[in-house]
Amino acid sequence: MTDVRDDIAMRASRYIKTGWIVNVGIGIPTLLLRHLDMTVTHVHSENGLLGVGPPPAFHEVDPNLVDAGKQPVTVTLGCVYFDSAQSFGMVRGGHIDAAVMGALQVDHLGRIANWFIPGRPVLGVGGAMDLMEGAREVIIVMQHLTRDGRPKIVKDLTLPRTSIRSADVLVTDLATFHIDAQGLVLTELASGTSVSKVRECTGANFEVAQGVEDPSESTQGNGGKQ
Amino acid sequence: MSASIANANELITLLVKSGSMIMVGGFGLVGAPLRLISALDHSRAADLTIISNNLGEPDKGLGRTLRLGKISRAIGSYFTSNPDVAEAVQAGTLTVSLLPQGTFVEAIRAAGAGLGGFFTPAGAGTELMDQNETREIGGRLFVFQAPIHADFAFIRAHRADELGNLVYLKTARNFNPVMATAGRTVIAEVDEIVPVGELDPECVVTPHLFVDYLVRTEAPE
Repeated sequence: MTDVRDDIAMRASRYIKTGWIVNVGIGIPTLLLRHLDMTVTHVHSENGLLGVGPPPAFHEVDPNLVDAGKQPVTVTLGCVYFDSAQSFGMVRGGHIDAAVMGALQVDHLGRIANWFIPGRPVLGVGGAMDLMEGAREVIIVMQHLTRDGRPKIVKDLTLPRTSIRSADVLVTDLATFHIDAQGLVLTELASGTSVSKVRECTGANFEVAQGVEDPSESTQGNGGKQ
Repeated sequence: MSASIANANELITLLVKSGSMIMVGGFGLVGAPLRLISALDHSRAADLTIISNNLGEPDKGLGRTLRLGKISRAIGSYFTSNPDVAEAVQAGTLTVSLLPQGTFVEAIRAAGAGLGGFFTPAGAGTELMDQNETREIGGRLFVFQAPIHADFAFIRAHRADELGNLVYLKTARNFNPVMATAGRTVIAEVDEIVPVGELDPECVVTPHLFVDYLVRTEAPE
């Protein structure tokens, strides 16, 4: 059985280089940890821990040891604790190699919205704005469509943006995009999909990188049904 | 001067008046001074401004204080995990001010360090920070954040010596050492108080000059 969320996490984990300092957000980003060697890649949790280890067994749960999602964690050898001010100094100061986070929307230039849903009271922003400004590389992981089937990748954001900065990589259940100054470039198709299917599910234009194998071209020979 | 060792209920009832601004440490319930919060719940103080990353969980920690109707304003970064907060905001009984988490803690640090504020890139060009003064520094956009002061800081540490030097435990440290520098009166709740000289000075996180009162965490009720 393929878990869609875990597949997104697995594909995103390939963009984390060995030895990097990585911050992962709540939800799909946390699943990346399954695919990283946490003895050589150091996971930063903004509540004050560098060296997050795998989830604990039931009898190992320590109430004083949680990640930024308030979930119990273990630690790696060489881990270190610090206060929240130093933790965000690490973030803004450019000491985090990559931040992996979710998004509600991504626009055609890779800018993201992930803190505010109109019509609801604005109650949580957390560390996303700090991470967007400070992390050297921002990797967004999300489902390609909303729960009611609308594109989350849109030409222009309709939700308030998290930062004026763009993300660098966007991994969804359908495709992976790299983001350059011109916007989104599709660099990988998830298995079982095609460029035409991705275009149908995407509200913004994107380029397709050379070398991407597109089943819609080989089976239909006409570049897909547009 | 040594920190005074006190009884939580007596101390809070004596010191905390309605309308006070109180910093409360903790990330959710982890590292939250639950004994001090419980004493606050038992006091008559109301109309409080709470400066804390979250407001606990429903009916737990500051979540209980909220249900008791004692909190009229909250300043923090992430209140989503307690649905009671949304309810209180919609009912008009609670006002919430949100800041990016790094800005929130740095504003507290700035207060404790005697600074008049700082410029941060976090939130620049977003709706959240659009009331703040902006400045371009080195070709990059920054927003100004003023310091956040408070009448009290309620913090949670692991061990204290009788002077009030503090050490913390794992991720229960979080906002506590920063708030310890910024409250006009600082009350630390600890598991254990040891004689002066027993804590390794290389390992002390909060030097004693920041701490006014020590309260022992009691066995869970």
